Amino acid sequence: MPGKTMNEFLSAALIVSGLAFFIAGGVGLLRLPDVYSRLHALTKADNLGLGLLVFGLLLSTDDAFVAVKLVLIWVLVLASSAASTYLIAQRARRRERGVWKP
Amino acid sequence: METLAWILLDTMLVTALLALGWGSLASKDLRRGVVLFIGFGLLLALVWVRLRAPDIALAEAAIGAGLTGALMLSALRDEPGTSSEAAGDASVRSTPVSASLLLTLLSAGLAIVLGAAFICALDRTDPASLAEEVFANLGVSGVSNPVTGVLLNFRAYDTLLELAVLTAAVLGILSLGPARSGYQASGPMLSGLTGWLVPVILVVSGYLLWVGAKAPGGAFQAGALLAAAGVLLRLAGHPSGGLPRELALRGLMVVGVAVFLIIGLTLMLVGRGFLDYPVAWAGSLILAIESAATLGIAATLIVAFLCGDPGQRPENHETADSGVPLAKCENNRRNTPR
Amino acid sequence: MTSFLLLSTIVLGVSLGLGLVRVFKGPSIEDRMMSVQLLGTSGVGMLLLSAPLLDISSNVDVALVLALLAAVSVAALTVRERVAGQDHE
Repeated sequence: MPGKTMNEFLSAALIVSGLAFFIAGGVGLLRLPDVYSRLHALTKADNLGLGLLVFGLLLSTDDAFVAVKLVLIWVLVLASSAASTYLIAQRARRRERGVWKP
Repeated sequence: METLAWILLDTMLVTALLALGWGSLASKDLRRGVVLFIGFGLLLALVWVRLRAPDIALAEAAIGAGLTGALMLSALRDEPGTSSEAAGDASVRSTPVSASLLLTLLSAGLAIVLGAAFICALDRTDPASLAEEVFANLGVSGVSNPVTGVLLNFRAYDTLLELAVLTAAVLGILSLGPARSGYQASGPMLSGLTGWLVPVILVVSGYLLWVGAKAPGGAFQAGALLAAAGVLLRLAGHPSGGLPRELALRGLMVVGVAVFLIIGLTLMLVGRGFLDYPVAWAGSLILAIESAATLGIAATLIVAFLCGDPGQRPENHETADSGVPLAKCENNRRNTPR
Repeated sequence: MTSFLLLSTIVLGVSLGLGLVRVFKGPSIEDRMMSVQLLGTSGVGMLLLSAPLLDISSNVDVALVLALLAAVSVAALTVRERVAGQDHE
């Protein structure tokens, strides 16, 4: 495209793929049959969706501090969602929520 | 085409906000209502950002995402029926018809007043605004973030009184008696999470406090974030949520108001007015006040989550006569028949 | 670039909407809580996109705070109370 540098194009591509994972996560959350499988869908959005989004934004920012914050946010979301999903699954187990049988 | 996109985005945000707000209020199952309310808080933070108000968005994110959800879920612990492993959840008691009618009338009246005010605001061609005044005087206020300038310099009296109100509130909470029984010592997942998350929260809270002078941030946001760290500690099994006991706790309660007053009175003693900062010192004084206020606000919010005095032992607590229902917050499951 | 960012934000809003459906539908409280997590992560994404879009760099700080506190409400839902020998929730 006229006027767009390689950087912008790459950044846009990364952001779009990140968005795809977000939508995939959302659709999975809606369509999958039980609590435990929905948790799997959720983590796709967290890890890959946000990660690709962050990397896309990294390419288009000038400020180093903002770049550090972006990566920090992604790492934080990764780690805390790891613990959160485990806690949710544990509670679902305790309450004996049904497991879907095919 | 672009304005259409903005309209679409705004419509989505507003619809989601209204849906979550309505859902959380209309929910029979209280737990469901609280979870919807947490979502509402998240969405509200997004709306604040859309309205170009990042300071408020920061505070809303800290309070709505972390604190209110935890507070309300913790309050639901005592609901009969939630303590069993069965699917019975806390449910709301139905309100009498007269109360519903009165509330409907009041809400309708409020909606009419707000609607009229909105229409009047649209008509004004030259909105009187204090914003020019603020920006004109921002240079001598000691900070470059206009929100902090207004809160800590131009309207410092108001902030002092707000902190005093918080102190009064925490005195009220402490007088409820001992804090509730805590939570179980956490399993490896939660301990691991707390182990690294609390230090990161501390650092980010300090960052928000520091950056408040020139960018959105400041004492309240930092204090709310710090309180969330205390809440997390408490949820992970720490008995007092990171707060010290006795004298140190009392000190934390009053440090915000105390530092504010000391600075104000000292300025009076040297001949200036109450809280009239000399221009060269304004920045440092504001930072000192904000640091104290952060600690005070965090301590207040953590005590609110603890719902009582962490220093008192429940066994020594004087209970009321049996038969008189005690305050919800106290550990009265053994004393009061349900 | 602005319109691209705006469209991306709208797409994330759609993801938010999908999570919203599950928050209202989800039969169990765990479904609702994890949908709130999706709302939170989509919110973080929208905030990160909004920083260059609205040209307000402190939106990244708001996203940081959201990312930090997402786990606190989950912890509040799932911890168990310490009551003399029994486990209550």
